[in-house]
Amino acid sequence: MLKNVAVAAVAAAGLWASTASANDELIRLQRDPNQWVMPTGNYANHRYSELNQINRDNVKNLRPVWSFSTGVLRGHEGGPLVIGDVMYIHSPFPNRVFALDLKDPGRIIWRYEPTQDPSVIAVMCCDTVNRGVAYGNGLIILAQADATVVALDAKTGEERWKVKNGDPAKGETMTAAPMVFGDKVLVGISGGEFGVRGHVTAYNLRDGSMAWRAYSTGPDNEILVDPQKTTHLGQPIGPNSSLQSWQGDQWKIGGGTTWGWYSYDPELNLVYYGTGNPGTWNPTQRPGDNKWSMTIFARDADTGMARWVYQMTPHDEWDYDGVNEMILVDNIEVRGQRVPKALVHFDRNGFAYTLNRENGQLLLAEKYDPAVNWATHVDMQTGRPQVVAQYSTQQQGEDRNVQNICPAALGTKDQQPAAYSPRTRIFYVPTNHVCMDYEPFRVSYTAGQPYVGATLSMYPPQGEQNLGNFIAWDAGQGKIVWSKPERFSVWSGALATAGDIVFYGTLEGYLKAVDVRDGKELFSYRTPSGIIGNINTYTYNGKQYIGVLSGVGGWAGIGMAAGLQGETEGLGAVGAYRALSNYTQLGGTLTVFALPD
Amino acid sequence: MRLVLAAGVAAICLFTTVAAQQTSNSGTSEEKPYHVEDGKVDKSTYNGYRRYGDSCLRCHGPDGLGSSYAPNLVESLKRLSQDQFNEIVINGKNEVSTSQQLVMPSFGMVEDVVLYLGDIYAYLKARSDGALGRGRPRRLDN
Repeated sequence: MLKNVAVAAVAAAGLWASTASANDELIRLQRDPNQWVMPTGNYANHRYSELNQINRDNVKNLRPVWSFSTGVLRGHEGGPLVIGDVMYIHSPFPNRVFALDLKDPGRIIWRYEPTQDPSVIAVMCCDTVNRGVAYGNGLIILAQADATVVALDAKTGEERWKVKNGDPAKGETMTAAPMVFGDKVLVGISGGEFGVRGHVTAYNLRDGSMAWRAYSTGPDNEILVDPQKTTHLGQPIGPNSSLQSWQGDQWKIGGGTTWGWYSYDPELNLVYYGTGNPGTWNPTQRPGDNKWSMTIFARDADTGMARWVYQMTPHDEWDYDGVNEMILVDNIEVRGQRVPKALVHFDRNGFAYTLNRENGQLLLAEKYDPAVNWATHVDMQTGRPQVVAQYSTQQQGEDRNVQNICPAALGTKDQQPAAYSPRTRIFYVPTNHVCMDYEPFRVSYTAGQPYVGATLSMYPPQGEQNLGNFIAWDAGQGKIVWSKPERFSVWSGALATAGDIVFYGTLEGYLKAVDVRDGKELFSYRTPSGIIGNINTYTYNGKQYIGVLSGVGGWAGIGMAAGLQGETEGLGAVGAYRALSNYTQLGGTLTVFALPD
Repeated sequence: MRLVLAAGVAAICLFTTVAAQQTSNSGTSEEKPYHVEDGKVDKSTYNGYRRYGDSCLRCHGPDGLGSSYAPNLVESLKRLSQDQFNEIVINGKNEVSTSQQLVMPSFGMVEDVVLYLGDIYAYLKARSDGALGRGRPRRLDN
């Protein structure tokens, strides 16, 4: 009790010192290229740095200068933060956090490892990944696998507060990186393959109390929408928009989880994110549009009330989660029309969307991999994809194996985030180049158990050998500028810099740098394991560094550990597809690169 | 009650597949839980493939070949008996150490798994024995 009083007093003092400053501090820090203060680089999710010491002429001289093992074997998604002289890195379950001293590279200032029931591992869909910690107001916020959110003192690693955001016994887990905005921190929930009902929640930074929670499915007052004011493509969504789109109370196990990235526009005071697949992969079992799964949300940062929504894949039939990052760009020309505030999103479903982020108006939707075949195009009036009957697992029906659907369930791109360079006004996108056969069948729901109902096989598009591409995309024209094939899916986040180069990692473990003009490879170095993490850059003592976590795993580790193989005719040439396990092994390592002095 | 029912169903599956096996052309005396002919499989082995895809693939990978975080079952079933296989699926696994995290949920109460335990075993055993290749098997005429 006495302890609680003391904590409350400290919290109150912290509150007084910080409410006004938390927002301003991060808005300022995210613009400082010497630091990397949020997992997404900045609030707009650009993953771009103004640093240009390392550039297209000298990047070939880049070399590793120090490295650090996390001591954890599973898939390492996310990337390092750098705040001042300290680097913060994290690991998959058991979710270790390390504060590393840049003055004495790799010296551990503090470490934190939560105590978690390992049974949570069994309810994590696709490996025990974690996409990183967030910084704000002197705190490091960790979203643990077991759905606990903990705030640590950034200086000491001591726990400041802790809150339960979900119940792993129901399959609710956490993998996404939190985002601090204003005096709050936003977190999501994972478990779309377990019939979890998705939500995002804002907690007050000062004490972890809940500010608001917005579900993806259910009654209007729980999904935080105003039937008159919340719009879908400019029209009010009307009352009970979600409830009417489900049969009975299926919305309660309706999915729409929120395990991707979040962005924030401080001027509009809106947060943006996407929701995942509706519960069960068998579409016949859940008639309706299944709102608001597969949806881009723009929500008021203070209240959580939705300003606008856009459902990209109504009544999903392929597991095309809509959780990928929303990249906020200003003053771009979209087909000749200047848009002051745009949002660009590369969806799992293979379409790249450009929207007006003030009102959710759809401006452009084009395929960013020519292999995409499940829909011919997106109707710009209704916003609905025009589904091709041959590839519709709903129209073909239960117990029918629908073949050669592109992209596969892992999407043309999964969560691995793209980068945007304001210098070139071009997006640099890591992609998957994988197709699938999909056979849906009836399943029953049991709390805390997988709720899938489809079996899949995956393989490269017919006649092709590469499972990935790294592409440059013009979001104003809806066109690929250049495309660089990769043997495996590109599962790392990209980094663009003012040195006119773009960095990304490969599943074999290579860190690569390419020229923004044409994708020409300028640098490549093999780290100890496959890279599914995101690359950052910062300076220490005036010198530019590049940091990346390697450690293969995640969904990339599942689909490719054994190698993909097509059993259908015409795929014979790639039948002997070589497995990722022939190229890399497990193990989490941070590698930091710099130019020679 | 449910478990008893499951065991009953499994036993029936086993019985029918064994019966089918006796009429097959294999000259071996060893009893096999699957029936494969020219790459085509019997109904329960096919069902095992589908149930595997629903409940097991997410961790154990396509075609039972494992992932970066769960073992290759084509290899495991060369060592494990059917009883050991059933025991692990029903009760799960929890082996956590500094070097590994082998955690598997208990499927004992999951109808989509436990009712078809024999089918899933038959599919994986066919894969493990090399009787069945990768990918989606074709069905024998039912």
